[in-house]
Amino acid sequence: MKLDLLRTLNAERAARRAVVVVTDTESGTQRIVKAADIATDPLAEVLDKRVRMAKSGMEETAQGRVFLTVHVPSPQLVITGAVHISQTLAPLGQMLDYAVTIVDPRTAFATPERFPGINVIAEWPDVALPPLNVDRYTAFVALTHDPKVDDPALLHALSRDCFYIGALGSRKTHGRRLERLKAQGVSDAALARIHAPIGLDIGAVSPAEIAVAIMGEITLRLRVKQDKAEAA
Amino acid sequence: MLGRDKDILKAAEDWSKEGRGVALATVVETWGSAPRPVGSNLVIDSAGNFLGSVSGGCVEGAVVTEAIDVIDSGKPKTLEFGVADETAWKVGLSCGGTIRVYVEKVS
Repeated sequence: MKLDLLRTLNAERAARRAVVVVTDTESGTQRIVKAADIATDPLAEVLDKRVRMAKSGMEETAQGRVFLTVHVPSPQLVITGAVHISQTLAPLGQMLDYAVTIVDPRTAFATPERFPGINVIAEWPDVALPPLNVDRYTAFVALTHDPKVDDPALLHALSRDCFYIGALGSRKTHGRRLERLKAQGVSDAALARIHAPIGLDIGAVSPAEIAVAIMGEITLRLRVKQDKAEAA
Repeated sequence: MLGRDKDILKAAEDWSKEGRGVALATVVETWGSAPRPVGSNLVIDSAGNFLGSVSGGCVEGAVVTEAIDVIDSGKPKTLEFGVADETAWKVGLSCGGTIRVYVEKVS
């Protein structure tokens, strides 16, 4: 590998952007495809699929057999609400290799005793969220039920293009939330990105089951293309 | 990708910038039960120092030896290890799997 290629690769990874190295293992020829260039690449379809699955591997292409080294930033899970559902959702996210952060300004909820081993920030979203580098490899979940906390956090998540945004609440609650966010200037297309009622419909009843439904929906959104995910 | 892999590629860049001869080994294919997934990296310098892993420690020694050749010649190589391989008597995978490792010079 050429040193300048390696340098570009490491810079992209440090900036939390997906990148693929395409290597012809016979000739040693190598090139790098940045996330932003995947759509226009001759190998667009296979690159897109590989990045989605975060899976390196050999591929037969029109140009011969190549090895694709896929580098995808590790996903993070950001939750507002140090609530009962979060007590399962946070460790579940950790088990699935997400870096998990919980934000809740209510100090009675946001305690280390309730969330052992989890990064809990007892601050308002406007203080807590900007340093977290919320990005397209972030799943964002709003669980406080309190518009003062959830609304600004949702606005932040929408502006950062998170791959998943979900908000707890019934259809009625969510309807009111949409009206509030719309009044703040959010477009209908952006509002349609919020998953609510939250989670896959698995008949979840208990807080832990709701956490499983949410994590299932996040996984679906991470791994399956939008149109296919909607059919599921 | 494992978090550790990130440090390995950074090490490859840093070692190379220090002027050391460096090779990068990558698991490109696996069959059967393999200890490390496709995409796993091992970085090697010309003195035989290495970081990372391409197996659970079964074949690293052999990869390091080959990598030093690759650093000298500059030509990439694909190595194969497995129980079916005759070198299995010396180096092989006790788990019974087969792996193919691509070794290239960083230059």
